Amino acid sequence: MTEIMKTMLSRRSMLGAGIAAAGVLAMPAILRAQEKSLKVGVYGGYFKKSFDEHIFPEFTKATGITVESVAEPTGEAWLVQLEQAAKAGQAPADLSMMSQTSTLKGQSTELWQPLDSAKFKHYGDLLPQFINKYPDGRVAGIGAVAWYITLVTNTNVYKEAPKSWDALWDTANADKLGLLALASNSFLLEVTAKTFMGGTNALDTDEGIDKAFAKLAEVKPNVRLWYRDEAQFEQALKSGEIPMGQYYHDVTGLAAKDGQPVRSTFPKEGGIQDSGNWVLSRASKKVDEAHAFIDYMSQPAVQGLMSRKVGTAPTLKREVLDLKPEEFAAVSSDIAPIIPRYDLYVSKADAINQKWTELIVG
Amino acid sequence: MRREPARALADYTPLFFPALMLIVFFVVPFSIMIAVSFFKRNPAGFYTPDFVFDNYARFLTAFFGSVLGFSLLLAILVAVCCVVIAFPFTYLLTKRSRAVQTLWLVGLLSVLSLSEVIIGFAWSTLFSRTAGITNLFVAIGLMKEPVALLPSFWAVLTGMVYQALPYTILVLYPALVRLDPTLLEAARTLGASPVRAFFNVVTPALRNTIVATLIMVFVFALGSYLLPQILGRPSNWTLSVLITDQAIYQSNMPFAAAMAVFLVLISLALVGLTLLVGRKENAL
Repeated sequence: MTEIMKTMLSRRSMLGAGIAAAGVLAMPAILRAQEKSLKVGVYGGYFKKSFDEHIFPEFTKATGITVESVAEPTGEAWLVQLEQAAKAGQAPADLSMMSQTSTLKGQSTELWQPLDSAKFKHYGDLLPQFINKYPDGRVAGIGAVAWYITLVTNTNVYKEAPKSWDALWDTANADKLGLLALASNSFLLEVTAKTFMGGTNALDTDEGIDKAFAKLAEVKPNVRLWYRDEAQFEQALKSGEIPMGQYYHDVTGLAAKDGQPVRSTFPKEGGIQDSGNWVLSRASKKVDEAHAFIDYMSQPAVQGLMSRKVGTAPTLKREVLDLKPEEFAAVSSDIAPIIPRYDLYVSKADAINQKWTELIVG
Repeated sequence: MRREPARALADYTPLFFPALMLIVFFVVPFSIMIAVSFFKRNPAGFYTPDFVFDNYARFLTAFFGSVLGFSLLLAILVAVCCVVIAFPFTYLLTKRSRAVQTLWLVGLLSVLSLSEVIIGFAWSTLFSRTAGITNLFVAIGLMKEPVALLPSFWAVLTGMVYQALPYTILVLYPALVRLDPTLLEAARTLGASPVRAFFNVVTPALRNTIVATLIMVFVFALGSYLLPQILGRPSNWTLSVLITDQAIYQSNMPFAAAMAVFLVLISLALVGLTLLVGRKENAL
């Protein structure tokens, strides 16, 4: 259990990584003229550790390009650092792992060098949500890591797994739910739209968003905990104190494997799929190396390795993967995912945040 | 000893170091925060230097007003609870032997070594349905079945009073130890009971200490943002929680700074008002 908690805290809270990043940046880069190298920014903590251990050495073996990994700070701090460095012609990292929202924000200042899709052998096998494009069609980013947030339950309290996200609205579940505390990390507006309004396209208009908020307000009496800290909910879920909620599929699976009375269910409307992209700073000169890296990372074998060793959902179509059914089920599902409307958290960020805060606090 | 007026610049040297520290660690950061609170929010990045009032305008709504009101009330309540508990406790403590006092103070100091996170999670376990204190009540027949005592306002209040109590006692302790015992002896000689002497002599004699302690605990409690999240419902979240949301999760530094400036100004005003009222009453 402590291992899972560590994993979760370090993987997604990533506090303190900023300090680590500053330390790495301050170190002089060891460069040998004839050797090809690439600086890759990855989320500090769990991701950086797993990549350093399982992925980067294999890449160097396969291509001869050495990787210097840089721990990225959480949130948008890294985006701002990249942007300011790029203005001065510097790239603290050539490639970075970047959240979908930050990728879109970087697009607005042309921070990302367009990528040449012809250089990626498995470009055609990528799932469409893992190709991030500029409005004019140039490729801005390629999926790096993905994970699912699903409907989780305590098996002692719920003998039968719920089938749909509408369980959150069931009045029988009053005061029993644990949900993420922010619009932009719980993606509950998207869940509402998919479950009751025919799909996330219903959020295209302000009226649609208002309707989703009104529907979501009905969930409020069922919520016992709006959590920011994952350990807080995970503990309560295991003990049955808060027997239902939304949580990370991979971590819940690991807890169940440890014998905890928890289960993760992909509702019939789909799990929520969140992800990050590989993006190339416009100040980087390592264009060829960066393409080689993304090409390597997008191979079925490497995606399989990532799913097994890092616990991420594959970015490629299932047919090309070598994952066994149980390995695939541990990180993903065949049910089409709910893909968050990241564009809303760029174009209407403050308005949605304000309504959300008033909804849950008011 | 009479204090000599300063004559040369060198006489002021002892002031330089504290002044420098105050500038580096308070004046400069606070000025930056004020400046940022007027900057323009750029949803696609961080912010651009500017001079706009948007951030303050967004704050001036009934919604944020009620959150601010709740935060202030909670902090006042924590301060009052702490002083009401700590003052008689510390007074009785000073009547004990030296060894007993030392033991208690060491115990209280060790509570200070606990982080807010540990305090929050410990109380959330104690108040839980599955492992909490109500199971104990069930075992001794006081309750029929265990219930969850959190999330609730009372859980938040308990956690925050627990966290602030050691500070309160440590601030009150020196004043109570130094209290002239002849005051009490005189009261007792004149026929006052111990309880009456405590309320009519000890408490008024230490009025200024009590007010200062109330203010300190109030300010301390106002900054709390973790315990309300762990132990309370969203309606029990303080303004500090919303400031954190804006600064860390929404990357809206200008708005977060504006809220923080507002919080500081309101609390300074309240502290000033308290001192002013106290001075007027003393003058009568």
